[in-house]
Amino acid sequence: MTTNPLPLSRRRLLQGSAALAAGAAGTTALASCGTVGAPAGATEIDYWLWDANQLPAYSAAIDMFMAENPDVYVRITQLGWDDYWTKLTASFVAGAGPDAFADHLARFPEFVKLGVISPLEGLGELDALPADHFKQGLQELWTGQDGKRYGVPKDYDTIAVLYDKALLEEEGLSEDDLASLDWNPEDGGSFERMLAHLTIDENGVRGDEDGFDPKRVARYGLGADAGIDYVGQTTWSAFAFSTGWTFTDAETWGTSFNYDDERFAATIDWYFGLVDKGFFPPFGMFGDSSPVQTQVQTGRAALGMAGSWMISTWANLEGLELGIAPLPTGPVGTPMSMFNGLGDSISAQSENKDEAARLIGFLASDAAQQAIGERAPFFPATDVGTEAAVAAYADRGLDVTPFTDRVDAGETGLYPLVENSAAIASIMQAAFDQCWMRQIDGADFASYNERVNALFR
Amino acid sequence: MSTATTSTRSVPTRRRRKDDTKLALLFIAPASLGLLVFLVWPLLTGIYYSFTEYTTLTPPQWVGLDNYVRLFEDPVFWTSLRVTILYVVINIGVQTVVALLIAVLMQRLTQSTILRSLVLAPYLVSNVVAAIVFLWILDTQLGIFNVALGWIGFDPISFWADETWVIPTVALVNVWRHMGYTALLLFAGLQSIPSHLYEAARTEGAGEMRMFRSITLPLLRPILALVLIMTIIGSFQVFDTVAVTTRGGPADASKVLQMYIYDNAFAQYQFGYASALSVALLVILMVITFAQYWMTRAGQSDLD
Repeated sequence: MTTNPLPLSRRRLLQGSAALAAGAAGTTALASCGTVGAPAGATEIDYWLWDANQLPAYSAAIDMFMAENPDVYVRITQLGWDDYWTKLTASFVAGAGPDAFADHLARFPEFVKLGVISPLEGLGELDALPADHFKQGLQELWTGQDGKRYGVPKDYDTIAVLYDKALLEEEGLSEDDLASLDWNPEDGGSFERMLAHLTIDENGVRGDEDGFDPKRVARYGLGADAGIDYVGQTTWSAFAFSTGWTFTDAETWGTSFNYDDERFAATIDWYFGLVDKGFFPPFGMFGDSSPVQTQVQTGRAALGMAGSWMISTWANLEGLELGIAPLPTGPVGTPMSMFNGLGDSISAQSENKDEAARLIGFLASDAAQQAIGERAPFFPATDVGTEAAVAAYADRGLDVTPFTDRVDAGETGLYPLVENSAAIASIMQAAFDQCWMRQIDGADFASYNERVNALFR
Repeated sequence: MSTATTSTRSVPTRRRRKDDTKLALLFIAPASLGLLVFLVWPLLTGIYYSFTEYTTLTPPQWVGLDNYVRLFEDPVFWTSLRVTILYVVINIGVQTVVALLIAVLMQRLTQSTILRSLVLAPYLVSNVVAAIVFLWILDTQLGIFNVALGWIGFDPISFWADETWVIPTVALVNVWRHMGYTALLLFAGLQSIPSHLYEAARTEGAGEMRMFRSITLPLLRPILALVLIMTIIGSFQVFDTVAVTTRGGPADASKVLQMYIYDNAFAQYQFGYASALSVALLVILMVITFAQYWMTRAGQSDLD
């Protein structure tokens, strides 16, 4: 669910202790969950996924599948994000990959190109799985340029603004104050004024008061993770989308990027310009040891933007009462969130494609989605699954509708589904780093855009 | 071949010679096999792949010199080369001076085995572990080093995220890990210098500094040259520390050559281009090594 398409990111290696603990729990559950081995006569298939937080939900759903399909035995393997892609690549090369596996949009175009994942057409009941079974647009994300489907939508994620309710009370603000903010790239709107007000320097002067020192900030209005990439999933993309900007020339499979668009340049100049104003941490201020949730938890930042896959991590933070607010309303008249969907793919090398298809078909069924949703620290791809998840969160006292509203109202922009994503990431990283270091500005992205577009020629 | 096998004086010896060859081959076999499988074969296939477009999942396609043309025109390759050379200069420069100092101190000051082993301790830590530990120590928010800087009135320095600091930081972390090992190699060289030379010098009234300049350094030259060749080759191949800490950032400021090769091969599936980059690294290392060997006359000793 992370946006990082590279196989070995330190972000994963050194994430906060909560994630580490979850990872450790996942590791103990690694390899074959449940029973010791396949019953005699059953076909054994492998299912891989990377998110340790998803393991309990998927184990439960797969147990249901095996109860209904005694002739199939599923071995679940969970690996951390970094190892996952390295091992997947290596096992494809060795011809020993899983039969079915959780797949990411930043990865699957490459897999299609390399011919290692199988189109789902003609694989038993998957043909009968209509696109409108899933949240709008999700199946589209998993459709290749040849019009064939390469993944069954599994779950999706959107972005919202997260904060500590205690801080809100301290500041004398209500939840409605945060829920009704607007933004524009010129002066940042009421969103920027809120950030300014919530920013406090080391002398206790607020960002909207005279004598504020933007170089010595005790609490930033908005927190930031250590790296911001070409997707900007939880950072600049929400603002850029809300100007009407799109990543590429097409909804999916675009071949020409728009990093040279004026709206993008204005958004980027505003976003990283917050550094100069002191409302946003300068580059390198917070490393991987202090992700956004830690900054908000420790009071180094007032607000944080985060993806829905992080809700549980935030909710479990000690001393923080989680509040969730929608993204600010942009020039297009609504908030806009990035919309990313994960899917289950089937390996082209699998000798048991039919069994694998039965498995991922089952995982998309209402019964499985309900079971997954109830245990979900994320949003399953269907309405049934999402409702179950929203209800499960509500039981814990969390209103997650600022995340789900975006999808229901169609206020989303799709995760860029393109070829060459690793090369794009590599080229654009230098630009985003330098812009954050305040060495280049939005207009300078045009030359990087040239290099990115050259990849498609 | 031992000298005994050249003797043809008696029949039994000749018979033994036959046996010897078979036995020798048997002994050589495992090492040769390893060399062939893990060194020669990958080297040859790597050179072959550098002339192809290869994803590892589809068969390689011959593209001639395309990868090399691209390499010469690739600004990131030249950046990474510059970054790597900066790293090597800092890493080897500091490491050699520190290691030499430690080696001389070990020889001239203490006979304690415990102290000598302690010096080697960092080398027992894996590169990745050392990198992670220093990643935390030098962290801007929680790192104890930055906390200590705060005590003496300095602002925290973002060692891993500042373009000017990042390469010196990586270089010095690796100095910390390798200095003990390098010192041990130099120490072994120092042991081969006859002690009577120092005794004679002392009788003549020479001080430690004078002895270091006139006895230790000249007589250590061949060993020092060899150690330099070895450490420079190793230094050019820096990867794990960068992969764990910065992944080449910020803005390619720590994108060393091996990192770039890895990125091309395993993130972008461009094994052909990555092979061409590797061949370039091989050529660079060969040129440097031969030049160095020749310049330092590593094959000769002043010790008769």
